[in-house]
Amino acid sequence: MDAEMKDVILEYVREEYLDEDSGIEVDENTPLITGGLVDSFSLVSLLMFLRQKYNANIPDQEAIPETFDTVTNIMKLVERYRQDK
Amino acid sequence: MVYSKEAQEFFSKELKEIEEQGLFKEERYIHSPQSADIEVEYPAGAELSAVINMCANNYLGLSSHPEVLQAAHDGLEERGYGMSSVRFICGTQDIHRELEEKLSDFLGTEDTILFSSCMDANAAVFEAILGKEDIVICDRLNHASIIDGIRLASSQQDSYKHLDMKHLEKKLQLHQDKRFRVIATDGVFSMDGDIAPLDAICDLADKYDAMVMLDDSHATGFMGRTGRGSHEHCGVMGRIDLLTTTLGKALGGASGGCISGRKELIEMYRQRGRPYLFSNSVPPVIISAAGRVIDLLSRTTERRDQLEENTRYFREKMTSAGFDIRPGVHPIVPIMLYNAKLAQDVARDMYAEGIYVIGFSFPVVPKGQARIRVQLSAGHKQKHLDKAISAFIKVGKKYDILHKSKEEIIEKYGM
Ligand SMILES: Cc1ncc(COP(=O)(O)O)c(C=O)c1O
Repeated sequence: MDAEMKDVILEYVREEYLDEDSGIEVDENTPLITGGLVDSFSLVSLLMFLRQKYNANIPDQEAIPETFDTVTNIMKLVERYRQDK
Repeated sequence: MVYSKEAQEFFSKELKEIEEQGLFKEERYIHSPQSADIEVEYPAGAELSAVINMCANNYLGLSSHPEVLQAAHDGLEERGYGMSSVRFICGTQDIHRELEEKLSDFLGTEDTILFSSCMDANAAVFEAILGKEDIVICDRLNHASIIDGIRLASSQQDSYKHLDMKHLEKKLQLHQDKRFRVIATDGVFSMDGDIAPLDAICDLADKYDAMVMLDDSHATGFMGRTGRGSHEHCGVMGRIDLLTTTLGKALGGASGGCISGRKELIEMYRQRGRPYLFSNSVPPVIISAAGRVIDLLSRTTERRDQLEENTRYFREKMTSAGFDIRPGVHPIVPIMLYNAKLAQDVARDMYAEGIYVIGFSFPVVPKGQARIRVQLSAGHKQKHLDKAISAFIKVGKKYDILHKSKEEIIEKYGM
């Protein structure tokens, strides 16, 4: 796994979805959607971030709990849809 | 017609899951008009109990007010029962247009269009005017009907952390390449009683060239010095481009809603708003009564002043009794219990004490933030409030949650 990508995505998730005083810890295996941290509506910004940052054209319908719930799974999707590879 | 065994089993299983997750909703039958004192049959078949209602959106106590009832009767007598038409065919009476003008005056806007509900208003508000070159940026705790409205539109969408103006500013910067930007927010958030910082939102909208859409369902009629809403409360009347609100809460509580705002946009909804074009006109009974409500509220601020006083009194007494209450000035008073089961237990015990309140937990509120939501009304008399407060204290003692910090309550009951 690409350790740098993991850190970049985790950092984005923390910044974008957690309140500073929430005290919630997130790592690459934390369930984001089913864990109630990110609702499907707010997911759009993460999707946009991945598309821009990694040139990964992940389609909207892949942004579901089955494929998108943890940073580990998200990284797999990014790898699959990355266009510069 | 094939309702297969497979389908039946599938839905039975779904329902069972809803029940197991503790999310199954049951109606309670009320045998009296909506008011501070109601008679409730619960569970179904049980004898009626007289309880104090502290969970209605009847903020101004107008749902069964004699003057409002009289106006409803007048509407029925003078304009009949139903319209049997959408607005633009033959469903618009003089009183429909009069009410729209009264609402514009009251809300301080250029024009208004009525819908059957605020849910319908929100279904039209983005869809009819925005395209894929545009973006709606919304608060993450916005009401479900705003979220659904955004989903119906072909525009792009993004969101910012609840009430977080820095985050909103970042999003506005990020989306400078779009044609139109619309910031969408509740005026008052229904689970918390939080008020959106509309002054800051309007400033950001000016700075980054965005329109502001406000859903003021939990504010119209009583927030602000003369009850115009959260835009009056925040000192930004005239700066809101699109305001949706409901007739189904403070303004008599029957049903109906509207979009009020910039006149070209309102005209666009008359041309393109699907719930306006394809759904029946609001009946004259409601139009007539809602018109009288607006007259009443324009004449005197008595009722909103009483509500403000009730809110101050209740919040102060409950805080000094040792409850963990989200601070604020809104008649929505969240009593924080954090644990979902504790919230259900407290609500049940309160009902046994003759006070009707509801516990809310995930997914309606974030995980670990279960609460009782009390809603005050100008219709509550001091005796109602005092009875509710002493019942809360009794139940609070039973569960040993008075003068306890968040951490202590979580320690004892879990998240
Ligand atoms: C913020 C908000 N918007 C819209 C609505 C829907 O209003 P209506 O009942 O008129 O459809 C509600 C009611 O629950 C609400 O709380």
